[in-house]
Amino acid sequence: MKFRLDRDDLADSVAWAARTLPSRPSIPMLAGLLVEADEHGLTLSSFDYEVSGRVTLPAEVDEPGRVLVSGKLLADIARAMPAQPVDLSADTSRVELRCGRSTFTLPTLPVEDYPVLPDMPTSSGSVAGPVLAGAVAQVAIAAGRDDTLPTLTGVRVEVTGSVITLAATDRYRLAVRTFDWQPERPDLDSAALVPARTFAETAKSLAGCELVRLSLAGSGAGEGLMGFEGGGRRTTTRLLDGEFPKYRALLPTESATVATVDTGTLTDAVKRVALVAERNTPVRLTFSGDEVLLRAGTGDDAQATEGIEGAVEGDPVEIAFNPSYLLDGVGAVGTPSVRFSFTSATRPAVLTGVADEPSDGADPYRYLLMPVRLSG
Amino acid sequence: MSRSQLDRPAIPAGLGADDTGCHVLHVDMDAFFASCELRTRPALQGRPVIVGSDAPRSVVLAATYEARRFGVHSAMPMSRARRLCPQAVLIEPTRGLYRAVSEEVMAILGEVTDRIEPLSLDEAFLDVAPAVRRMGRPAEIGRHIRERVRAEQGITCSVGVAATKHVAKLAGAHAKPDGLLVVPTARVLDFLHPLPVSVLWGVGERTGQSLERLGLRTVGDLARAPVETLRHSLGAALGSHLHELAWGRDPRPVEPHRLDKSIGAEETFARDLSDPVAVRAELLRLSERVASRLRRQRVVTRTVALKIRFADFTTVNRSRTLTEATDVAKDLYATAAALYDAMGIGGRRVRLVGVRAESLGPAGQQDRQLAFDEPAIGWREAEVVADEAAVRFGPDAVRPAALLRAPDRTSAAGRHPSGREPDGH
Repeated sequence: MKFRLDRDDLADSVAWAARTLPSRPSIPMLAGLLVEADEHGLTLSSFDYEVSGRVTLPAEVDEPGRVLVSGKLLADIARAMPAQPVDLSADTSRVELRCGRSTFTLPTLPVEDYPVLPDMPTSSGSVAGPVLAGAVAQVAIAAGRDDTLPTLTGVRVEVTGSVITLAATDRYRLAVRTFDWQPERPDLDSAALVPARTFAETAKSLAGCELVRLSLAGSGAGEGLMGFEGGGRRTTTRLLDGEFPKYRALLPTESATVATVDTGTLTDAVKRVALVAERNTPVRLTFSGDEVLLRAGTGDDAQATEGIEGAVEGDPVEIAFNPSYLLDGVGAVGTPSVRFSFTSATRPAVLTGVADEPSDGADPYRYLLMPVRLSG
Repeated sequence: MSRSQLDRPAIPAGLGADDTGCHVLHVDMDAFFASCELRTRPALQGRPVIVGSDAPRSVVLAATYEARRFGVHSAMPMSRARRLCPQAVLIEPTRGLYRAVSEEVMAILGEVTDRIEPLSLDEAFLDVAPAVRRMGRPAEIGRHIRERVRAEQGITCSVGVAATKHVAKLAGAHAKPDGLLVVPTARVLDFLHPLPVSVLWGVGERTGQSLERLGLRTVGDLARAPVETLRHSLGAALGSHLHELAWGRDPRPVEPHRLDKSIGAEETFARDLSDPVAVRAELLRLSERVASRLRRQRVVTRTVALKIRFADFTTVNRSRTLTEATDVAKDLYATAAALYDAMGIGGRRVRLVGVRAESLGPAGQQDRQLAFDEPAIGWREAEVVADEAAVRFGPDAVRPAALLRAPDRTSAAGRHPSGREPDGH
C-alpha cells in the first residue's frame, strides 16, 4: 500500500475516526484504526462493537492496500507532523510515514481478524449540522450517568414527520427539544434510544457539516443502529434497549409564577453563591417582585447571598435547587434571558428560553428541574 | 478473661430460673482471638492454643481454656506462657480478622436490639427490653444470640442476664466458657455477696489492699460495712459507689454508642445458594432489615456495600455511593442488586451475603433532591408503616411481595434455623 495526501486532511480525519477508540480495549485489535487505500482514495475506519466510524478522503493512491495500526498513535503523529504532504507506505508488518524530514515506522495489528463494520442503515432524512449539534447538546446534559439505570443514559429520539423530539432525564431533570428536519418520507414515524454520550459527541463532531443525514433503522439491515453521515464521515451507534419513561406527562400545563431573568447575570450569581455550597447542598432562590434573591450555605457553615434583577409575575416562590443542575439548565437554554415557571416548591420548575423575537407556538426547548426539599 | 475466672466460687443454687426484669445482657466471646483462629484450624480444637507472636518481649493476646488450665492468661509475657505450657500451639495473630469477626458479631447483636453498648471487640451490653415482645424472654434471647454466634461465626460466647449491667457482667464471667447464667432479681445478693471484693468495678490492686486492711474480703463483707467507714478510707465517691454495687444497685443504663460507623446485616446459608434469583431475594430481605435499623437509629446512608462469600470462602466486597442519602430499603436493594449483577458471578455458589450501609449521617438533616418518579408519599412512608407493624407483630409482619414465599423456599433450601429471628407474635 502506498499513497500521498495532505497533512491537514490526514490529521483531521484520523483524529475524527480515532476519537471513539477505546483507550483500554477488551481486544487489542479494537484499539486499531483500519486504513484502506483504493482508486476512490483513502478510507479510515474504527469500531468497538458499539460505535463505528468511517471517513473517506482524497489521496493520490499509488498502490492499494489495507492495514490496521494503533489509532491513538497515528492520531498523535498526524497531529504533530509539519504542514507538508505525507507519504504513507505499508507492508504486512509495518507502516512507514514520511513528512518533510521526519519518518515514523509503526507496527501493524493483524488486519485479518478485524470485525466487519455494520452497514450504514438507509437514510431517513437530513438536518443542518449546527442544528443537530445544538439540540443534542441541550438535551444530553440531562441524561443519567448511572449505568445501573441504562435506559436513562440514553436520549430518546422521536420522529414524527418533519419534527424530531429529543428527550433525556436522570430522574432529577428532564430536557426536551424539538426541531424541524427534512425526512425522506413525510409520514415517517419512528423512535429510538441513543446512548447520550456518543450522541452528543457525534453530533458535535458533525457540527461543521452543512447537512447531516440521519438513519433510523426501523427493521431489516442496520436494525438496532442509528447512523449519521456528513462531510464524508459516517458513524453508527448501537441503540439502547428499554422503555424510556413516559416523560410527556411530567410537563406541567400551568404555572403559578413566571419569572424572567438575564441568563448571564443569573449564571454568574449562581456560580458565586454556590462557592459555599458544599457537595450536594442546594442553592435557595426567592423570586418576588422585581428581584431574585440567591442564598447558599446554612447554620455555622459559610454562607453567601446575592440579589439580582428579575421580572416576577404571580405568587412569590421560594425554592431550592442543586446548583450544578440549575447551571446546566440555565446554560442550555441558549437565549439572552431565561424564563422560570413554577407551580410549587416541591414540583418541577420549567426553564425555557426567551428569544429576542417572539416564537410561534410551543417552546422548542424545555428543561424541567426537580427542586431540593430542605430539611429545616 | 483473667485467671480468677477459673478459680471462681461455685454458683449458688437456684440461679438461672426467673429472668423477670432481667433485661440487661452481657455478651462476651470466649477466648475471642483464639476462637477466631481455631475456626480455620479445627484440628486444634480442644488443645492448648496461644495467640501472640513469638518475638521477644511479646505478650499473650489470647489463650484457649485448655491453655488457661496451665495458668496462661492474656497479657502474660510470652516467654512465661511458653514455660507454663510448652505443649501449647502458638498462632501468630491474623491482621484484620478479629475486627471483621467482631463486626459480624456486633451485627447479630444489633439485630436483637439497637440498645447495644460495645465495651471492646468481643464484649457488649444489650438492653433487650424492647425485644422481649418480639423475641421472647431475656434468657431465650440470650440463648438465641449464643446459637446464632456459634452457627454463623463458628465461635462461642457466654451471656450473663441480670437487671443491672454490673451483675450481668459478673453473671457472664461466671457462665464462661460457652454458658449462660441468669441472676434473678431476687437472688442478686445471694450471688454477689460470696464473691471476692476484687470483682467489683473500681476495685483494683490498691483499693483491694485498703479493703483487706479493713478486713473486708467478700462483697458481703463490704456490703455490711458502714458506708461512712468506706467513704472515710476509700474517698467519698468510691466508697459510696462500692457500697451501692455491693447491694446490687447499679443505675447506669445501657448506653448505645453515639453513631454507628455502619449498619449491616448478613446471612450465612446452611446450604450454599447458586440461584441468582434466590440470592437477590436474600439481598432484598437484608436490605429491609438494614433500612429498618437505619430508621430506628434515625440515620441515613450514602454508601451501600455488598459482601459475597463464596463456597470456597473467598470474599468479595463492593460498594457504591448514592446520589442521595437514604434509609429506604428499596434504594439499598437497588444498589446491592446492581452491585451483585455487576460482579457477573451468576451460578457461583454463595455461602454468605451481606448488605451494609456506610457513611452514615443523622436523618432529617439532609436536604433531599426530589425525583420525578418519587411521589410525595412513597416508599419511605410505606416502609415506616411496616416498621410500626414489625414492632407490634414481629419482623415478618409486612414484607415485600417478592419475599412472601421466602420462608417456604428458604426452608426448603435448608436455611439454618438459627438464621431466622423467631417470631414473637
